[in-house]
Amino acid sequence: MADPFTGAALFILTVTALGLFKVLRSEIAVERMMAVQLLGTGGVAAVLLLGAASRSPAMTDVALLLMLLAAVSCAAFTSGQSSLGADASEQAEDEA
Amino acid sequence: MTSLANAFTLIAIGGGALLFLAGTLGLLRFPDTLSRLHALSKADNLGLGLIVLGLLPHAETFTGGLKLVCVWLLAQISAATASQLIAGVLYRRKPRP
Repeated sequence: MADPFTGAALFILTVTALGLFKVLRSEIAVERMMAVQLLGTGGVAAVLLLGAASRSPAMTDVALLLMLLAAVSCAAFTSGQSSLGADASEQAEDEA
Repeated sequence: MTSLANAFTLIAIGGGALLFLAGTLGLLRFPDTLSRLHALSKADNLGLGLIVLGLLPHAETFTGGLKLVCVWLLAQISAATASQLIAGVLYRRKPRP
């Protein structure tokens, strides 16, 4: 019963790698940030599947932590960006 | 009875994997960053949900299954907020229409 799990996990990892390759190559910073989101979700799915295949319940905690890190890094990126963007847009509003 | 559970698991995980493929294909194909963000977070999350659903009958203990559902809930919430935040950054950067 384990091999379909590992097969699905490998499939998801290759699909995620394909998406990552495209996202990481684009020059827009925001799109590169989406790589974290993609890696987070794809990585969590692969970890869960491998955990179920190897019958180790601890992998669920690994998946939980990975998901948390993806969310925190996204928030950190946007809070950094918004303080940068806020000054620019505030100046725009002052001029307008 | 177990063959039914196994069949359900295989179908759910197959569906989840297909949704991941759809999400990534959407990511590759869509022209605009915002639509890519949409494709990315929606399809991947649904794929993750189906995979968790497929894995539930295999969780050894009840709390293990509960933790699986928690992983999916956290994925939902974090993807929603992250997408909103990223879209906000994008919206502020674009020149006001």
